[in-house]
Amino acid sequence: MKLKLKIWRQLNANTPGKLVDYQLEGVEEDMSFLEMLDYLNEKLILSDERPVEFDHDCREGICGTCGLFINGRAHGPLAGTSTCQLHMRSFSDGDTIYIEPFRGGAFKVTRDLKIDRSAFDRIIMAGGFISTPVGDAPEANAIPITHDEAESAFDSAACIGCGACVATCKNGSAALFTSAKITHLAKLPQGKAEAQQRALGMIAQMDAEGFGHCSNTKACQVECPQEISVTNIDRMNWEFNKAKVLK
Amino acid sequence: MNTTLARKNLMALTGLFLCLFLVVHLVGNLQLLLPPEKAAVQFNLYSKFMTSNFFIKVISYLLYASIVLHAVYALVITVKNRQAACGGYAYDRRGTASPWYSRYMGILGTVILLFLVVHMKDFWFEYKFGSLPLDREGNKDLFSIVVESFGQLWYLGFYTVAFIALGYHLLHGVHSAFKTLGIYPRKLSNFLYYSGIGLTLILTVGFIVIPIFVFFKYHMP
Ligand code: HEM
Ligand code: FES
Repeated sequence: MKLKLKIWRQLNANTPGKLVDYQLEGVEEDMSFLEMLDYLNEKLILSDERPVEFDHDCREGICGTCGLFINGRAHGPLAGTSTCQLHMRSFSDGDTIYIEPFRGGAFKVTRDLKIDRSAFDRIIMAGGFISTPVGDAPEANAIPITHDEAESAFDSAACIGCGACVATCKNGSAALFTSAKITHLAKLPQGKAEAQQRALGMIAQMDAEGFGHCSNTKACQVECPQEISVTNIDRMNWEFNKAKVLK
Repeated sequence: MNTTLARKNLMALTGLFLCLFLVVHLVGNLQLLLPPEKAAVQFNLYSKFMTSNFFIKVISYLLYASIVLHAVYALVITVKNRQAACGGYAYDRRGTASPWYSRYMGILGTVILLFLVVHMKDFWFEYKFGSLPLDREGNKDLFSIVVESFGQLWYLGFYTVAFIALGYHLLHGVHSAFKTLGIYPRKLSNFLYYSGIGLTLILTVGFIVIPIFVFFKYHMP
């Protein structure tokens, strides 16, 4: 298959970038989207051009490192799919594909399609953990919560921190990410003790990083590769208000 | 007011308070549907009550404050969100993931604000500071002013557009406000979502139908 690519090229955070056109022939539909970019890079390297840099790690949809804005959508056209799990069979011969980095909030392009997502790490550092060692995963029946509650905590924990929520939010809000982390621990007995300071700390850090307000448009849950629900945001708001009142 | 969540809480609380006020306002307006003689007397009596009762005065100051706070913080939030959005994308199809009215709350709100200015000038200001004729009972005759205004087609059109804007604003706003406050448990989510839509429909249709009714009743031969 033959494609026309429009890829965001930018040398570093301090220089302006622009879309650059590439013609790529010989793309196979079984290639993943990232393999297609590898294939382009091989050609660029052979012709002494600087390869296109992009974030990736596991390439199996579990780490959250990859994340490209493809044809106007975070992680491209498929629902519930990270960029590395998108394959070229979702495109057709002769297509033009726009490839841009995730933008919004504290995300900054470091080079080409690579972004600095360390703001997410700092939000986690502001409370997304349990301070006392609670040992290995306990035997499932020993946790004093129902199976449904444990499952719903796991649904929140499934967030891989890719940043698609921020990238797709009109306000550059990190509400879905932050709320998934707050909710995951608020639902488990191990996390309850620190629920208040965790909510306040993580939300303060989210604001300090410069992310926007949540308008409840729910676009984030539509684009999330892990299909994290916006009900996590409702829970975060509840935890925040509870903490403010009880404090 | 130094966190995003606190600012959104203020938006939600003032917004919901405004919704409550609109319900009362609509019920009051229903008096315009009474037979002409009765409508005039009763509407003017009601207007007098609404501007002289002490309890209602206190509520009305709360209301003015809510409108101002809601509009000011709408601006603050919109500016900050614009900055956080970092300029967007060269090719942008993000709109496919959310309903348009949830993304244009500020524009819809601006239409409502514009309406409020005209509405307050024509009725509220006139009533308080203008020289209105008196009706048979000796009360200020706001009824005649209202009926006369709704005789103009552009006025009807303006009202209709404004209330359609309000309708979309509330279609997203009501359930969003409960989510913002964190009062959206799974058991109640359907109830809150659909009663939000129900309230929106009642308010929008109610406020649009009354001026049209007045137009046909008092201005058609
Ligand atoms: C004065 C003109 C108005 C402006 C400029 C305005 C603007 C806004 C904006 C921008 C939002 C969304 C905030 C966000 O997306 O983060 C909003 C939310 C809301 N507005 Fe308004 N609005 C106005 C009037 C009204 C009126 C008259 C009502 C009620 C009858 C109302 C009810 C609401 C509600 C319930 C919300 C939801 C709050 C939330 O999302 O948590 N607004 N308004
Ligand atoms: S590279 Fe790990 S999720 Fe895509």
